[in-house]
Amino acid sequence: MQLFTSSIGRKILMAITGLGMVMFVIVHLLGNSSIFAGPGGLNTYAEHLHSMPLPIIAGFRIAMLVFICVHIWFGIQLTIENRGGRPQQYAVKACQKASFASENMIWTGALLLLFIVYHLLQFTFRVTPEVAGFAGQMPGNVFGMVVTSFKNFFITFIYAGAMVTLFLHLTHGIQSFFQTMGWSNDCVQPGITKTGTLVALILFLGYVAIPLTIFAGILKG
Amino acid sequence: MSDHKTMTLTLIVWRQKNANDPGKFETYTAKGITEHHSFLEMLDCVNEDLIHSGKDPIVFDHDCREGICGMCSQVINGAPHGGQDRTTVCQLHMRKFKDGDTIYIEPWRARAFPIIKDLIVDRSALDKIVQAGGYTSCHTGGVADGNAILIPKPVADEAMDAAECVGCGACVAGCPNGAAMLFTGAKVSQLALLPQGRAEAAARVKNMSNAMTECGFGNCTNHYECQAACPKGINVKFIARMNREFIKAQF
Ligand code: HEM
Ligand code: SF4
Ligand code: FES
Repeated sequence: MQLFTSSIGRKILMAITGLGMVMFVIVHLLGNSSIFAGPGGLNTYAEHLHSMPLPIIAGFRIAMLVFICVHIWFGIQLTIENRGGRPQQYAVKACQKASFASENMIWTGALLLLFIVYHLLQFTFRVTPEVAGFAGQMPGNVFGMVVTSFKNFFITFIYAGAMVTLFLHLTHGIQSFFQTMGWSNDCVQPGITKTGTLVALILFLGYVAIPLTIFAGILKG
Repeated sequence: MSDHKTMTLTLIVWRQKNANDPGKFETYTAKGITEHHSFLEMLDCVNEDLIHSGKDPIVFDHDCREGICGMCSQVINGAPHGGQDRTTVCQLHMRKFKDGDTIYIEPWRARAFPIIKDLIVDRSALDKIVQAGGYTSCHTGGVADGNAILIPKPVADEAMDAAECVGCGACVAGCPNGAAMLFTGAKVSQLALLPQGRAEAAARVKNMSNAMTECGFGNCTNHYECQAACPKGINVKFIARMNREFIKAQF
């Protein structure tokens, strides 16, 4: 199957898995925004998620894991190949279209991976010190756990930094998805790029709002 | 008269004896250059001086010198073909430069384009991609009637836009990954758009994209540097079209 071996095929796999993660990130934000309805909101939402049948929960988790693994595997593979595509650099660098985001996809991706691991250790497995008190019950008082965590400056800082990284990854990633899938042309491309950036911006603002409002004391436990 | 005003420029040029030589930059002075000189004519002047003083002239590719053959290939101050919109090196004129400027001149740099000498690189990898599928198979014989196959004007125009590619390789030179997606996308699209090319479209896109990888070109990461480098204004929409053709070809 050319999908797993060829240049374009592997890009398509990255694009599909990337889009899958974008979908997740959108749904995750919609769910998380229930925190602004107070303890009842987020805790009810968490309760609802945990009460879903096990096959659905397990299936979803396995699917996400497969998506991430495929995305990372081909991301690293293609990046290594591409670094060899021009073995000797120009003495004068004069890129006209490439952006900071497009040139650093592998690094913003790597930071996102670190963040995902940290995020899961903290709020899913609850093994980091500040959430030790919430480890017993699943899901338990999710609202309390989140509010306790984001009172800490460093945790808020890490989350804000991770969301800047996500923003950068997606400003290039979303329009890249459409180009890679062949769903683009000269008429729609500028619109796709603007919309992609807008979606990335909305996701960024939506996500940082949670730690920042808690840290600033606007959203209280 | 402006004709009498001349410029003196400092050129920093990549010199390399052959593919195995590590190569290095050499500095030259271009004297007596007018705004009417083309970039290649400016190099001709420098080469005459070099020959008169018993030195090896700077070797560079060129042929038509009118912007249609795609032979000229130099990266000037970091930009393939010098960075002027839709302009090949041979059509770049010295009025774009000022007296006293320093100009870096480098060859196309990509794994798939080994350097032959100085500014000349071996671009036969592009020919290999074309050999892999950049043709249509048809019976020879009497000339077909011009109106036998009707093609809507917008489709014919789109195919012609893709067919403007002269195969210079600037897209590869401009791409940080040394990918040949714009070139291949243009060739795939030009044929896939027309009824004569449809018959072999699926095999073509598979074979041509495989040839791309076999020749050592990198993969596309949608930086779109290729479009900025292309002297013929080939649009990255043709890369999207190739990706579309590739997906269709899988089923
Ligand atoms: C987990 C670690 C991650 C790594 C190592 C990673 C790495 C990469 C790399 C190297 C690319 C290709 C860049 C390019 O073609 O220009 C890419 C593309 C992309 N990534 Fe990620 N990424 C990661 C996580 C994510 C996440 C969490 C999302 C979404 C929320 C995402 C969404 C995308 C999208 C939509 C693309 C564009 C696909 C395409 O190239 O057409 N990535 N990623
Ligand atoms: S696509 Fe443009 S830059 Fe690339 S080979 Fe063709 S004419 Fe040259
Ligand atoms: S020499 Fe023919 S295009 Fe420049």
